[in-house]
Amino acid sequence: MTANPVRLKSMEPVKPQADIVPLAVARRNPAGRALRKWLASAMSHVLPPLVTLLFLLIFWEIVCSSPTASVPPPSRVVSETWELIVHPFYVGQGVDQGLFWHIFASLKRVALGYCLAAFAGIALGALVGQSEWAMRGLDPIFQILRTVPPLAWLPLSLAAFKDGNPSAIFVIFITAIWPIIINTAVGIRNIPQDYQNVAKVLRLNQLEYFGKIMIPAAAPYIFTGLRIGIGLSWLAIVAAEMLIGGVGIGFFIWDAWNSSRISDIILALIYVGIVGYLLDRLIAFIAKAVTRNTASA
Amino acid sequence: MAKPYLSLEQIDMVFSRGGATTQVLNQVSLTVEKNEFISIIGHSGCGKSTLLNIVAGLTQATRGVVFLEGNVVDKPGPDRAVVFQNHSLLPWLTTYENVKLAVDKVFSSTKSRAERHEWTMRNLELVQMVHAKDKRPSEISGGMKQRVGIARALAMEPKVLLLDEPFGALDALTRAHLQDQVMQIHAELANTVLMITHDVDEAVLLSDRIVMMTNGPSARIGEILDVPLERPRRRIELASDATYIRCRSAVMKFLYERHRLVEAA
Repeated sequence: MTANPVRLKSMEPVKPQADIVPLAVARRNPAGRALRKWLASAMSHVLPPLVTLLFLLIFWEIVCSSPTASVPPPSRVVSETWELIVHPFYVGQGVDQGLFWHIFASLKRVALGYCLAAFAGIALGALVGQSEWAMRGLDPIFQILRTVPPLAWLPLSLAAFKDGNPSAIFVIFITAIWPIIINTAVGIRNIPQDYQNVAKVLRLNQLEYFGKIMIPAAAPYIFTGLRIGIGLSWLAIVAAEMLIGGVGIGFFIWDAWNSSRISDIILALIYVGIVGYLLDRLIAFIAKAVTRNTASA
Repeated sequence: MAKPYLSLEQIDMVFSRGGATTQVLNQVSLTVEKNEFISIIGHSGCGKSTLLNIVAGLTQATRGVVFLEGNVVDKPGPDRAVVFQNHSLLPWLTTYENVKLAVDKVFSSTKSRAERHEWTMRNLELVQMVHAKDKRPSEISGGMKQRVGIARALAMEPKVLLLDEPFGALDALTRAHLQDQVMQIHAELANTVLMITHDVDEAVLLSDRIVMMTNGPSARIGEILDVPLERPRRRIELASDATYIRCRSAVMKFLYERHRLVEAA
């Protein structure tokens, strides 16, 4: 009796049935399937960096594990900075603020300097890109000024503004503006002749040409400049704040060094890196939204 | 004698680069009547595109004048709308917006907002592109792009419609379809059309007259052929039509016997 059903089972087409079942389920539940697909792709993108990170942390832990090591291992970094990690919104006296407020202060300076640079950079880039004479007159000066390191501007701007905050903003401005100018100019110089012919046949005036042809046609180049600019701004602000003091992630790092809080420095560096990455993604996201489908016809 | 609608008088075009000068066009004169469909045919490099650009006002002739309704043409304008070879649609605008840009500019003072919208839609209907009005150029096929380009040019209500090898980049089936559409539009609107082409069948099928250019440098008009075929024309019937065959072979003889492109590889 027991042997019979077993034999029957093996003779009947059980296997195809078993194959059909998950397919039918998937068809009835496409959302579940999509979710699984999404999870799989997320895993394939998230897993490799996580593994790399894990190996780096283990390596670091081993190398710095001796009690005489000058740099603390990750475990000690976490235990020593635990107060800072769990209280990012702490408000104290003077520069004794939570890390969120330090980063927020830095971001405010970057936002202001960077926005000014974006407006001025696009306007100057448009001028240089469109006018042969403006290019001849301005381009050599731009090429020289853009090689001046950002921090070299700081003493001069301190002398001019007599205050730390506007000086830092000016340093951001002067750092971010060059790639924006240069990329905008290249973008405008590369506007295809076809679009210019369309504008000529339609007799668009200067203003219409600027808004309807020039800016959209040069948008991919402009956003390249903006992305380089935001990266440089974030590089410069940390250095500038180390010198001007006050609330800001740059001064936080300098202050931590002066009081030998190495773990705090490491935590701050991680935050600086993450914020810089997010800023870059933000500009990339805006670029994608604005220049959607317009890279080529 | 009444003044011709469009006339090209003694057009010379000389390009100079450094010390070297090249004469591209030599004493080109042509008159076009209203509602006429003219094709300009010739081997590549014969300066036919340059000639079209001169009529469009995009290029200045070295010597000679173009008159349109008695006025000298010296700069580009919507009364001489161009359909460019590579469609030249603005990729950041939808097909509707591409046509609307032209309509808004040309009729900014003569049509109301609602009328401009209606006129844009009318022209998209004319080329049967209403269904893709919210698509961007990158999302539609080459033939569709060219149709939108034609709609944009037609929407300007040009006195002369200039077609610069409009179907050159398209496959044969799409090309035939678009040729039929252009014939239909021409029958409906009775535009004056100047078309550059290098396709003999296309020239004979569409034109009232075919202007044949000699080879460059220093190209001139070799012959002008009348195409006395009744309209509407149907390509299938024409294939065995004696007049069609005669016109076709006349153009072929001009291009491949008397003015063969010697240096062509």
